Amino acid sequence: MTSKKPPLIEFLRQMILVRRFEEKAAEMYALGKIAGFCHLYIGEEAVAVGAIGAANPDDYIVTAYRDHGHALARGLEPKRVMAELFGKATGVSKGMGGSMHLFDAGKNFMGGYAIVGGHIPVATGIGFAMKYEKKDQVVLCFFGEGSVPSGNFHEALNLASLWRLPVVYICENNRFGMGTPVERSSALYDIAHAAKAHDMPFHHIDGMDVIDVYNQMKKVIEGVRASKRPIFVEARTYRYMGHSMSDPAHGHYRTKAEIDEQKKRDPILTLQQRLLEKKEITPEEVSKMEREIQDIVLESVEFAEKSPEPPLEALTEYVYSK
Amino acid sequence: MAHIAYRDALGQAMSEEMRRDDKIFLMGEEVGFYQGAFKVSRGMLEEFGPMRVIDTPITEAGFTGVGIGAAMVGLRPIIEMMTFNFSILAMDQIINNAAKIRSMSGGQFTVPLVVRGPGGSAARLAAQHSQSLESLYCHIAGLKVIAPSVPKDAKGLLKSAIRDENPVICFEAQALYGTMGEVPEGEYTIPIGVADVKREGKDVTLIAWSKMLLMCLRTAEELAKQGIDAEVVDPRTLRPLDMETILNSVRKTNRVVIVEEAWPYAGVSAEIADRITHEALDILDAPVERVTGVDAPIPYAKNLEQAALPSPEKIIHAVKKVMYLE
Repeated sequence: MTSKKPPLIEFLRQMILVRRFEEKAAEMYALGKIAGFCHLYIGEEAVAVGAIGAANPDDYIVTAYRDHGHALARGLEPKRVMAELFGKATGVSKGMGGSMHLFDAGKNFMGGYAIVGGHIPVATGIGFAMKYEKKDQVVLCFFGEGSVPSGNFHEALNLASLWRLPVVYICENNRFGMGTPVERSSALYDIAHAAKAHDMPFHHIDGMDVIDVYNQMKKVIEGVRASKRPIFVEARTYRYMGHSMSDPAHGHYRTKAEIDEQKKRDPILTLQQRLLEKKEITPEEVSKMEREIQDIVLESVEFAEKSPEPPLEALTEYVYSK
Repeated sequence: MAHIAYRDALGQAMSEEMRRDDKIFLMGEEVGFYQGAFKVSRGMLEEFGPMRVIDTPITEAGFTGVGIGAAMVGLRPIIEMMTFNFSILAMDQIINNAAKIRSMSGGQFTVPLVVRGPGGSAARLAAQHSQSLESLYCHIAGLKVIAPSVPKDAKGLLKSAIRDENPVICFEAQALYGTMGEVPEGEYTIPIGVADVKREGKDVTLIAWSKMLLMCLRTAEELAKQGIDAEVVDPRTLRPLDMETILNSVRKTNRVVIVEEAWPYAGVSAEIADRITHEALDILDAPVERVTGVDAPIPYAKNLEQAALPSPEKIIHAVKKVMYLE
């Protein structure tokens, strides 16, 4: 197990990148440049950045439809992610997947999936393959708390625990499955206890604190790598935006006051504050970082704008492998 | 040639392929210690061990999804459905994941997965265990669907399915497992997408697959006694469909009856009839007739079950209709 200190400045940079990228995506959505469903991760950045930061580059990442943050944290090129949102041929999935289906085979980024809970057995299958082939990689499977009551979740966790598969199940509990709060959808309020039914160890982590996410995930992932047994992690987090672009940030199912209260624990601002206080970063460096990220985001939009749409042959090209 | 049962032909296909490639494994309910609910995997646990012949809990969505994930990273899973009725529980995995991962990843990932098992009616299994669900899977772009009718085809097609880079659904009619047939010695495969003329004839083309193919062959002998020479075409693969072989037969006979065990509404026979009509209207001497199951869940009562399914009498009636003999 490594005792390396978390690369906090890099985490700050990644979290700011995810947020600015998504703020721009929301803007592009409003302009009609991005269509379909667009599920933003704003507020939850610490989970993807801390957890993926704790994994090895060849560990597998499987996630769901709110996948921009995981993709950027895994190092997918921002311009190719933006191009995917624009539906362009240069996108990470060649424009075939869009916001909810980001894939990058070269980075073991195994995709975003848009049926709630449907990807959890798939992630488990990648874990099965690691055991079958006696490999050391582990699988990080992200999903929301809205998946936890589903059959796919329980079937997959049972198999992973029964067969001792190297999978880390990371529940990003952002409190709402679409517009329904967890207390109205899950008999278990303490979601992590769902792992007990499958004899699986579980941990709670503070999903608003990237340091806690990283430190705990580092232990969890190395524990799974060594023990070849799955683990369940519940990261308590909060989404500031609506479920999708058609859903207002507040109004229907929560108040502005509730969101403002949560924003006091903003993962980016709290880390930034901490680094400034400890003089590990200067205000100038923060400004410089923001400017660099702004450039990356603007370049990604420019790249996406200028990229060609997929050729018409692409419509059927990827259906079957020859 | 060896004279063996359909179930053993399938078992041979899997075992031979698993000897050839250690990335292939079989997973499903009772495929291991129990030797398969229909004994298709007899002897396989002993030969390949529990890492490759894997008993699962009764959780179709879960283990089918596991197969999909494993296929994405290079393994070649064969998923056995104890019956295809249970595959309904895994349809989200098959349709939303297996069929679409290649497409929605822009071709980055493939899912070389076989989902196989028995389907169709058998002896009075009642509504939830008697369904022929081919058309549901045939509807889905990204899947291939095979439905072999005789042991030789079962072995050769399943081997091709296992080697295919795409998800392949293999329907094995439950009532066929004990049927016998000649299977060639040595290595052979039958390509996916190639139909087979199982009986030559000149008066009418009967198109059927799986269990209905055997019914058509029997019915053709009965028709012969009545002076009608039926050609029987077995598509063997329902998606993709070998229209060339079908149309060649239609050009010979100018009359078509398609026999399908499933319900009529949006059935595979409707697709075949439509394609024949559009590609060969000028050579048809009569509208294409379809003999299908009755549009109702299959009941338990013996007389009603029989009435719900295609029969030689219904086929003969349809043949006479296209020949304007009735």
